Amino acid sequence: MTMTKKKTIFTAAVLAVLLAACVVVDMLLPSYHIAVVVIKKATVYSLVAVSMNLLNGFTGLFSLGQAGFMLLGAYAYAVLTIPVDKRPGVYQYFDGGALKFSLPEIFTGFMGDTVGSTVGMLLALLVGGVLAALMAYLIGLPVLRLKSDYLAIATLGFAEILRAFFQWNALGPITNGSNLLKSYPTFSHATPYVILAGLMIAIIVLLINSTYGRAFKAIRDDEVAAEAMGINLAKHKRMAFIISSFFAGIGGGMMAMYMGTIAAAPFKSTLTYEILLIVVIGGIGSITGSVIASFLYIFSSEWLLRGLDSGTFLGINAPGIFKNGFRMAVFSVIIMVIVLFFRKGIMGDKELPDLLDKKARKRKKEAAGK
Amino acid sequence: MQQILPYIINGISVGGQYALIAIGYTLVYGILRLINFAHGDVFMVAGLVMVYATTALPFYVALPLVLAATVLLGFTIERVAYKPLRTAPRMSVMISAIGVSYLIQNLAFYITGGVPQPVTRPIPWISENVIILGASTKRVTLVTPILTILLVVVLVYLINHTKIGMAMRAAAKDFETAQLMGIKINAVISMTFVIGSFLAAVGSMLYFTNYPSVAITSGGMPGLKAFVAAVFGGIGSIPGAVVGAFIIGLCEELIKGAGYTTFSDAFTFAILIVVLCVKPTGLFGEKVTDKV
Amino acid sequence: MSKNVLKIENATMQFGGVVAVDNLNLEINEGEIVALIGPNGAGKTTAFNVVTGVYQPTNGAVWFNGEKIIENHPQGKMKKLYKGQHDGEYTGVIAPTPDKVTKLGMARTFQNIRLWKSQTVFDNVLIAKHCRATSNVFSATFRLNRKEEKEQREHVAELLNTVGLYDVKDELATSLPYGKQRRLEIARALAAEPSLLLLDEPAAGMNPQETDELTAFIGQIRDEFKLTIFLIEHHMNLVMDISDRIYVLDFGKLIAEGTPAEIQNNKRVIDAYLGVADDA
Repeated sequence: MTMTKKKTIFTAAVLAVLLAACVVVDMLLPSYHIAVVVIKKATVYSLVAVSMNLLNGFTGLFSLGQAGFMLLGAYAYAVLTIPVDKRPGVYQYFDGGALKFSLPEIFTGFMGDTVGSTVGMLLALLVGGVLAALMAYLIGLPVLRLKSDYLAIATLGFAEILRAFFQWNALGPITNGSNLLKSYPTFSHATPYVILAGLMIAIIVLLINSTYGRAFKAIRDDEVAAEAMGINLAKHKRMAFIISSFFAGIGGGMMAMYMGTIAAAPFKSTLTYEILLIVVIGGIGSITGSVIASFLYIFSSEWLLRGLDSGTFLGINAPGIFKNGFRMAVFSVIIMVIVLFFRKGIMGDKELPDLLDKKARKRKKEAAGK
Repeated sequence: MQQILPYIINGISVGGQYALIAIGYTLVYGILRLINFAHGDVFMVAGLVMVYATTALPFYVALPLVLAATVLLGFTIERVAYKPLRTAPRMSVMISAIGVSYLIQNLAFYITGGVPQPVTRPIPWISENVIILGASTKRVTLVTPILTILLVVVLVYLINHTKIGMAMRAAAKDFETAQLMGIKINAVISMTFVIGSFLAAVGSMLYFTNYPSVAITSGGMPGLKAFVAAVFGGIGSIPGAVVGAFIIGLCEELIKGAGYTTFSDAFTFAILIVVLCVKPTGLFGEKVTDKV
Repeated sequence: MSKNVLKIENATMQFGGVVAVDNLNLEINEGEIVALIGPNGAGKTTAFNVVTGVYQPTNGAVWFNGEKIIENHPQGKMKKLYKGQHDGEYTGVIAPTPDKVTKLGMARTFQNIRLWKSQTVFDNVLIAKHCRATSNVFSATFRLNRKEEKEQREHVAELLNTVGLYDVKDELATSLPYGKQRRLEIARALAAEPSLLLLDEPAAGMNPQETDELTAFIGQIRDEFKLTIFLIEHHMNLVMDISDRIYVLDFGKLIAEGTPAEIQNNKRVIDAYLGVADDA
């Protein structure tokens, strides 16, 4: 059996086991159980982290606009799926809103309840992704010419502008101003999240291993050489930016789904920082790393380290120390340690299949040492 | 005129406060080519320290303490989070800066319990109300621009006429050569952070005199805006940062005056993007050419 | 008379007030190996950068295979500053980015090796094939371009065999010894399927033995890939051995051209260049 085949089987086996585990969790536990919540949130973060990694880790474009694109996706999803009869309640300050339809309801009309509403929800997610991609195209025209840190600050700025627009009262009939959007349909089980995010991540992996993904990596390693070898920098950077934003938009839609209600407020630069730090913990340039780090991060912050905030941790009862905020403080110290002393993160730039391949492991180690 | 006058006065005042923060960004960027994302949080910490110190201690102890604590914080951040990454890629240092910002905010959340800390004892004299040209305002509004200009003049003198100032200019021009010429680069960088933090602390004391409380997120926006001001004026240039800050402060208050408060932040970023795309070197910045 | 491949016509490159390349005229015919030599700072690499689209010339034009691919004339501030000749003769502006020039059939190497550090030898060459790929991002992602991908990989394997790097194809590019890295850079340029190959000091930093091997290698690839080669070099042995013709640049100006024998005996060249160089 060749190495490639072995790797494929190994990867497929690992993924199948994980999916099966998720299905079992869904069958055994109620949907409000913390395990289900963690899986949902972590999958959403995985997708967003991978989409950021595509840009920052694989193309070498340091962009901090992720929260803005997620915001677009989240709003698109919520606005398009709130049932018509609930709209007057949600848009109480804006005469029931401007939109008088709901995608899932349109599809239930001729596809039946379950299939129809699922199709409608997926379509709404897709619309969110496409909107984010369109916005990325527009933003990309001016900002992608900028160099590293200027690009970072300009994309950060765009995300803030976007957030201001969504809170603007004049757009209220669509965005509900600075009020919550709620009552839209969500998936209650974790498996749909896993399958959906898994598919999206699989597409990103396929892209990265295609001829275009190789071109992205060439741009990251040496822009001048890439251009001299016939890679159109403007076109490929724009492409990476648009694709990354598309997936961030879908991730944002899934985030809305997971949260149940949304407003523009949480989509601040802090969210982008959080995702960036997850990417760093996992290893810049490793998809597997981003996914593992998302799960570790969400698992510990939502579950494992909960006690740090609520008085008792590991059986030690010390409400004076273990009070609100201690968890995040401990967390950020850990993150700083990783940033300073373990710069390669958990996976470096290795992927799941590389774990089988000693040669690749050694090679990548050398690369990281350089 | 009578209607927009208060906004203009406020704009100049806010501009002065931004200027004091912007200098910290511009100095650090000039030497390390690093956007010090944590600078806004240093500003916020100064505000918190002021709240705590002034409630417990008399002003003549509390205020110097705020300055000292902030300077120490800035110095420590550089030593712990940036110095070990001197040879690392720029992206790593920037990530470290973001990490520090995240850390400071979370620590502040833990200490304050996430509750905005009320400014119970605002600094006397400057927090008193005065009437200028028929508009009522706090005295700090008048003091800020004057103090800002004064501090900038001192700083410019320091940079142009002292040995450490010369070392700073050399390091900004060419980091490696300056090092080879025997300039103690670490001392210069520490000095930069000390000056930047000192000015941020002064800015913070003035800024929070105008506000009822200090929240852990209070540093983010003024920080980013000051950075935009630094870019607008031409990053690396001190007069540029000051002029940029006054312009941004004024525009922001005028937009608020026109009734578009939601967009006052967004407008700053719009300026940033326009400047970056049209004239990336800003108003007073020097052109840097990239070698192929 | 063989076909003209590259023609640099009255090209002037001025940075601010400094004229780096002054009214350069140069022609290269199909199948030739032409060298551009000159003391350090004479403007050789600048000339390369003008031809490959990295810099836009201040004035003048570049023709490739009979087609005008680059043209410019002094504009804006440069109108006043311009010190070169032929002012006002050019009116058009054609300014392709380097990748467009490469797609037209010109590929280059760099003075200081610029390989993609984190990529293997094989991938370094494979990436250069990207500019010849016809698949779009969608078909590439969903593997609808299997045939093309397979052909590309076969091509790369073949190419690596030819240049003698197949046995190290899975090594990291930067883990190769210096001489092999140079060779890999040339292989990478060849993967872009050029008709004109530009080599910027291919023998820089090489010992005499490596230089001899390189000389043979350049001759070999010229014949095998039916190439025209334009190179910058300081190693006079290499230049005199393989060049059909030589152009000499000094302070941005062309001071001589001719066969190696002619150049070796040219008084101006000896004065300006050979006379002061130690290793010539």
